[in-house]
Parts: sequence; C-alpha cells; structure tokens
Amino acid sequence: MLALLFILFAGMAIGCAISMVAQRNPLYSAISLIGVFISLACLYVTLSAPFIAAVQVIVYAGAIMVLVVFVIMLLNVDQPERQPRRLRSLVPIAVGLAAILFAEAAFIIFFVQQAPLTPTHSISNVGLTSSIGTGLFTSYLLPFEITSILLLMAIVGAMSLARRGGLIRPRVDGGEKGTNNRQ
Amino acid sequence: MEDLKQVVFLLIGILVAFTVVMTMVAYTVLAERRVLGFIQGRLGPNRVGYGGFLQPFADLLKFILKEDIVPDKSTRFVYFLAPVIATTAALMTIVVYPFGPEIHLPWLGTIHLVIARFDVALLYVLGVTSVGVYGIALAGWSSNNKYSLMGGLRSSAQMISYELALGLALIGVILQSGTLDLYSIVEQQAGHLGITGWNLIWVQPLGFLIYLIAAIAETNRVPFDLPEAETELVAGFHTEYSAMKFALFFLAEYVNMFTVSMLATTLFLGGWNGPLVHELPWLGVFYFFGKVILFLFLYIWLRGTLPRFRFDQLMSFGWKFLVPLAIINIVLTATLQWSPLFDYVSKFLKTTTGWGG
Repeated sequence: MLALLFILFAGMAIGCAISMVAQRNPLYSAISLIGVFISLACLYVTLSAPFIAAVQVIVYAGAIMVLVVFVIMLLNVDQPERQPRRLRSLVPIAVGLAAILFAEAAFIIFFVQQAPLTPTHSISNVGLTSSIGTGLFTSYLLPFEITSILLLMAIVGAMSLARRGGLIRPRVDGGEKGTNNRQ
Repeated sequence: MEDLKQVVFLLIGILVAFTVVMTMVAYTVLAERRVLGFIQGRLGPNRVGYGGFLQPFADLLKFILKEDIVPDKSTRFVYFLAPVIATTAALMTIVVYPFGPEIHLPWLGTIHLVIARFDVALLYVLGVTSVGVYGIALAGWSSNNKYSLMGGLRSSAQMISYELALGLALIGVILQSGTLDLYSIVEQQAGHLGITGWNLIWVQPLGFLIYLIAAIAETNRVPFDLPEAETELVAGFHTEYSAMKFALFFLAEYVNMFTVSMLATTLFLGGWNGPLVHELPWLGVFYFFGKVILFLFLYIWLRGTLPRFRFDQLMSFGWKFLVPLAIINIVLTATLQWSPLFDYVSKFLKTTTGWGG
C-alpha cells in the first residue's frame, strides 16, 4: 500500500518537475511547480511527517507560489521572448553540473544500498507537531531566533527598497500628503 | 481484508458526509434567496414545490442545460482547470470535521462521526483553503478579460491578507487547547451542560471576532465581496464562465461558507457539545448542524444589511487593524495561559458558578 502511494506521488512529483522545466508559458511552469509541492507534501505524509507536509502546502503552495502566480499575472507575459543564442555559452557548464549531480546521486544510492538496514522506529515521532515545537523552543532556540531575525531583516529590506524614496524620507511640504503613500 | 474493510468504511463515510453537506449547501442557496427577499420586503422564489422547496433542483437542471460558452482567446487548459481547483479545494476539508460524538449502534458497534482524525487536522484545513486561492486567481487570468483579471487579482490579494489574520486568530484556540486535532478540541469544550466550556464564551471572545471577520473576507462575501463587485467588475473572476463551470464556482463559494462555519462551530462553539449529549449521542449531530446553520444565517443577514468596503479600506482594515488585534490576542492568551492568576480565577469560577469547565 505504502509502496503504491510512493510510486504514485513520486511519479506525480517527477512528472510535474519535468513539465515545469519544459513549459514555455511561465504560468504553466508555476502551476507545475505547485503540483510538485503538493505531491512532495503527500510523500511527507506517507513518511509520517504530517506537520512538515502541512507546512509545505501552507507556506510553499499556499503563500509563495500565490505571489509568483500573482506577479506572472500582473506582468502578463504574452509571448516569452526566445533568446537561445545568448545562453548558448552556458550549455557546457550545464552539462558539467548535471554530470556532477548525477554522479552524486549515484554515489548516494550506492552507499544507501551498501548500508545495513537499521530499525526506523526511533525516529517515528520526529514529524509530529509537538516534537517539532519542543525542539524549536529548547535545543534549537538560538538558530530559530536567528532565522526569524533574518526573515525580519529581509522584510524590512524589501519594504525599504520598494517604497518610493526610501524608508526615511525628508518630509516634502505641499498638499499631496496621502498620494505618495498609496503604493 | 481488514484494510479493505477500512477503505470501504471510509468511502461510505465520505459519501454520507458529501451528500449531507451538498444537500445543506443547496438549501443554503435557497434560504439565502428567500431570507434576502424577506429582508428586502419581497417573497423570493416560492413557486417550485412547497415554498420553493424544489428550487435547488430546478436551478441545477438549468445549469446543466445551459449553453457552455468558452471565450475564444482564453487559455484553454487553465480555463478548464480553475473551477476544478476551486471546487476540489472547497470540498476536501469536509473529511476532518467531527460531526458528532462516538455513537454506539446495536449491530455495527461504535461509529466515529469523523472521517479522518489526525494530528494536524487544523493545519490541513488551512493548507487546503490556501490552495483554493488558485481557482479564483487562475480563472481571472485565463478568461482573457479585464474585469476577470481585476477580480482575480483583487481576490488573491484579499485572500492572502485575510488568511494571515485567520491563522493568527486560530492560534489563540491552539494555545488554549494544546492540540491541532479537531476532535480533541471539541472534547475539551464539554463543560457543564455542554455549554459552559465553549471557547467563545470564556476564553476566546476576541479570537472569535477576528476569525468571524477574516472568514467572511476569506469566502469573498458581503461586505468583503470585492472580487465580484457587480457595480465595478460586472461579475469579477467568473465573468466569462457560464453553465456548469459557473455552477462549480457558485458551489465552491457556498461550500466554503459551509466549511468556514463548521470550523467556527468546531473551534469556538463547542462543536457537537450541548445539553444531554452524553445521554443521547445522536443529539450531537443536530447541535453541530444547528450551530452551523446559525452561522449561515448570519452570513445571509450580513449580506442583506451591510454595504461593500472600498478596496483600500479592505486592505488597511486587514493589515492595520485585524492582524495587530490578532497578535494582541495571542499575547493575551499566552500570558493568561501561563500566569497562575488565570488558574486561580478559573478554579474559583468553576467551583462557584460552574463556568469555564
């Protein structure tokens, strides 16, 4: 049963990933990427990590990809300009990197098959909400806080970049007080 | 064999829940039209069947028989995909709600009136709801129509913004109950007579208010129905949709209303708890759906009463008022949860009045 589900969702993930790379239309790529995220979430559920699965869907499929789709819709790219010539020089590098990636994967698969089978019951509650919460607020508190500060800095930085005239702006006299802040 | 039996049971459960919810959704549409009619001093549809009782079926037949028009320059695949996503995402959350307590039957043994009970049910609901945004956004984009696109963009922005307030409002309840499992959350709200333990009354009034407002915005209903503001956008994201595809969006909207009401009932109104539930477990189902119907009536009532927000008002209300309020609610809940004063007050009230079980 589990093997069947794994094949189903892994197949879905791979199919969506290939479609994401192959599509010409950016919106189709985005939809395929959402498919990848959702099938990955299903895989997490079969690995008894329901919390990670839920977070995967909420954060990636539900929030980040919505923004991506939003941007694509706003820019409304009708026909993607085809510029294969400019990227021609990158082909050898891409081939080299792909070869390294495949070698790495083969290496890992080889060693996984060499390794003795260990019982997995000791990690069975790693994906549960309470164990993740306990971990985050006890042994991994400092990395957790540092990450949150990092994210806060990113938000503040993005806002100061996006806002017209910077975050600290000398007050301009004149009647158009409200209009500058609209965006 | 045991596996097969379980799968069959699950499928039967899903079928029953689906049928019940769909029937109630169909009659919600009728109730909305009639109640709106009464609010506006007219009768509403009352010709088909007794008091309009068969109107939903007439509507369905009409939707099926209408001509299906697809705009020429639409992005065909996405145009077909969008209503499917909207409806699927709306229907998927039905499986996690506990409709009633355990029921003992003479032949079949104990029956759980919840289809899937798992550790992260609440997060599952949030996740599936957040995927539902795509249905509307993609519908607006693929129709190749300015009004549709505007509607789709508006609704994506609105749903993302209010999802935040919605999630933050739920955190208060999660802090209170210490679990994400909806069944346990309902069980914890038993209290005296099945009423005094409700999260709404004693512990989360602010959270409930935030949830209610955010939920109305999340389902694109009046006064937050900007994605389909008739006066500005013709019909918003579903301008170019007709026949059954339009019916799917329509269905998704009402199923969303229904599931949001079920979540509110489960988290804040004690789910199936009520007087005499321990003696007669079947009553729980009626209590549950009774509370859901109350919420649906509130939705209809609001639609008949309130005018629409302006878009900038909507955004500033969500980000500058609801989200900070929700954060205050979290801090307040956490503080009360932690302080010994809360324990003392709670114990005092419990012994004297029986409240706060």
